[in-house]
Amino acid sequence: MKTLFEKIWDAHVVTKVKDGPEVVYIDKHLIHEVTSPQAFSGLEKKGIPVFRPQNTLATADHNVPTLNQHLPIKDPLSKFQVDTLTENCTKYGIKLFGLGHPFQGIVHVIGPELGVTLPGMTIVCGDSHTSTHGAFGAIAFGIGTSEVEQVFATQCILQNKPKTMKIEINGKLAKGVLSKDIILYIISRISSSGGSGYFVEFTGSAIRNLSMEARMTICNMSIEMGARGGLIAPDETTFNYIQGREFAPKDEQFVRAVNYWKSLGSDPGAKFDKTHIFDAGDIEPMITYGTNPGMGIKISGNIPTEALIEDPSEKISFTKSITYMGLQAGECLLGKKVNYIFIGSCTNSRIEDLRLVAQFVKGKKKASHIKALIVPGSKQVQKQAIAEGLDKILSEAGFELRQPGCSACLGMNEDKVPAGEYCISTSNRNFEGRQGPGARTFLASPLTAAASAITGYITDIRTFTD
Amino acid sequence: MQKFTTIESTVVPLPVENIDTDQIIPARFLKATTREGFGNNLFRDWRYDEKGYPKKDFILNNSEYTGSILVSGKNFGCGSSREHAAWAIQDYGFKVVVSSFFADIFKNNALNNGVLPVEISEKFLKEINEQVEKNKQSRLIVNLEQQTLTIKDTGVFQKFDINPYKKICFLNGYDDIDYLLSIKDEITTYEKQSNYLSLLK
Repeated sequence: MKTLFEKIWDAHVVTKVKDGPEVVYIDKHLIHEVTSPQAFSGLEKKGIPVFRPQNTLATADHNVPTLNQHLPIKDPLSKFQVDTLTENCTKYGIKLFGLGHPFQGIVHVIGPELGVTLPGMTIVCGDSHTSTHGAFGAIAFGIGTSEVEQVFATQCILQNKPKTMKIEINGKLAKGVLSKDIILYIISRISSSGGSGYFVEFTGSAIRNLSMEARMTICNMSIEMGARGGLIAPDETTFNYIQGREFAPKDEQFVRAVNYWKSLGSDPGAKFDKTHIFDAGDIEPMITYGTNPGMGIKISGNIPTEALIEDPSEKISFTKSITYMGLQAGECLLGKKVNYIFIGSCTNSRIEDLRLVAQFVKGKKKASHIKALIVPGSKQVQKQAIAEGLDKILSEAGFELRQPGCSACLGMNEDKVPAGEYCISTSNRNFEGRQGPGARTFLASPLTAAASAITGYITDIRTFTD
Repeated sequence: MQKFTTIESTVVPLPVENIDTDQIIPARFLKATTREGFGNNLFRDWRYDEKGYPKKDFILNNSEYTGSILVSGKNFGCGSSREHAAWAIQDYGFKVVVSSFFADIFKNNALNNGVLPVEISEKFLKEINEQVEKNKQSRLIVNLEQQTLTIKDTGVFQKFDINPYKKICFLNGYDDIDYLLSIKDEITTYEKQSNYLSLLK
């Protein structure tokens, strides 16, 4: 009796180092411009080739501007990094969907939408949100640049087998509650380090009923509870999503693959090292108030008070955090004025996110003081949004639909939130300075972000009756 | 990687929990294509104000605290997988980070760069912080062979864990990549035998 994680892991162990980690074979290696250059120069220095260049796929996303992508990148450092990626990919024979390519986009958006991400795979990338791909029933996790170099050189990395955790969410979600709320709720309950050392499997009826894109949002943020990664057993929803995608198996090969993929689920009675069970009915729209993703509350709730925190060092961290945010302990966030809204990132920039936002803002106008940025996850998402006329709806509501990239999630390009300003962001991290030095981030769902853009202050989506 | 045996040093205490890699090295400094020079921007936004002047109340700007051992709060290195965080810590001159808990990816990155993450109990961490508060010149001794961390003033020590394989790497200065390259034949054999790979071929 094995868990889903163990089935995939065991099928990928090449060998085990005596008293040490296991050598894990990697099926798909995704790379981007920020965490790959030093790995390429490592190969160069050692004079070794890329072992399996066909198993690596590259894109430019972290550093790219979201306006005028047809022009040369203005920031010379960003330009150099993106150009270096192009040079390295050409030199080592790696497929690159660079700036301007119809398949370019955030690495964790394009893998799934192109049918590159498949159930049963091991997938790594020099990016912690690689956990996103786990939504397909794959073992996917972020690695450092030394490990990127190891994968280039040998298609393998050394890993200690993590423990397994099951998180089960049963029941029906209330109206206005999205998968983003589910994951923010889970992290608020088990903390930003509660998953450390574990690989998480998400199960239960509430997860089963989610679309693939909603599942990706959940797995995306499994790293925010400290977990190595998160995954969901593949089912008909998964197979239907994959079928017909650009690089997905076709015809007979697809049928054979589905047959195998159907075996990918935890056996009844398989043992997990830890289990959490939550009731979907208890989940409300969520928002974070602090500077780590575990500091989340129900949007109608209050920020905790110091008195509720027992541990003295936790108390210090809590106070540091709400001081940075300019908030008071015990405060309710509803009605708090914000000036910035960011809808995008590998967490919430897919077509369903854009559709939801467009559907909600249709015929409404953003508050005049709000700057609302909506950044699609990929060229394909952008193209689809335009084909469906979402661009017009968004622009009439006063939202700026930009070109694809990581954008204000981490502010490596021009898209930053100014110091001291509040931003409701659909991204994954509310760390100090994450969206720009001094920026203050509230993490929430695309619907909460959209509703707050309309009113101009933090708003409970459920107060809109439509 | 350089060989690592024993280190005795004064410490820099930073008793903050959940220090994420965005604090260790903010994203805007990740535009380099080499591994060098990140130490200048280690803890950039805690260390310097908007105009680039050192913030007096930050520990790295206090000349009374120096040394090659950083002592931090639990869940150190959470967040982004950026190895630049480990590079920045090493480039600044730290050889050891002590905490009661390390985030997974940071721990791997540190181990791959010769920075030793020493995980100890909450209680012992508190004891170290109290000792340093009493005497800023207090020294810690990290003995990798024995796997002990000792407060020199008091002689109180605690054993720490390290994977036996990683210990050998540290003591001898080996890198993972050397090992992986040495088993390439086994990897090729795995590729030929894997049912999963043949399914997707």
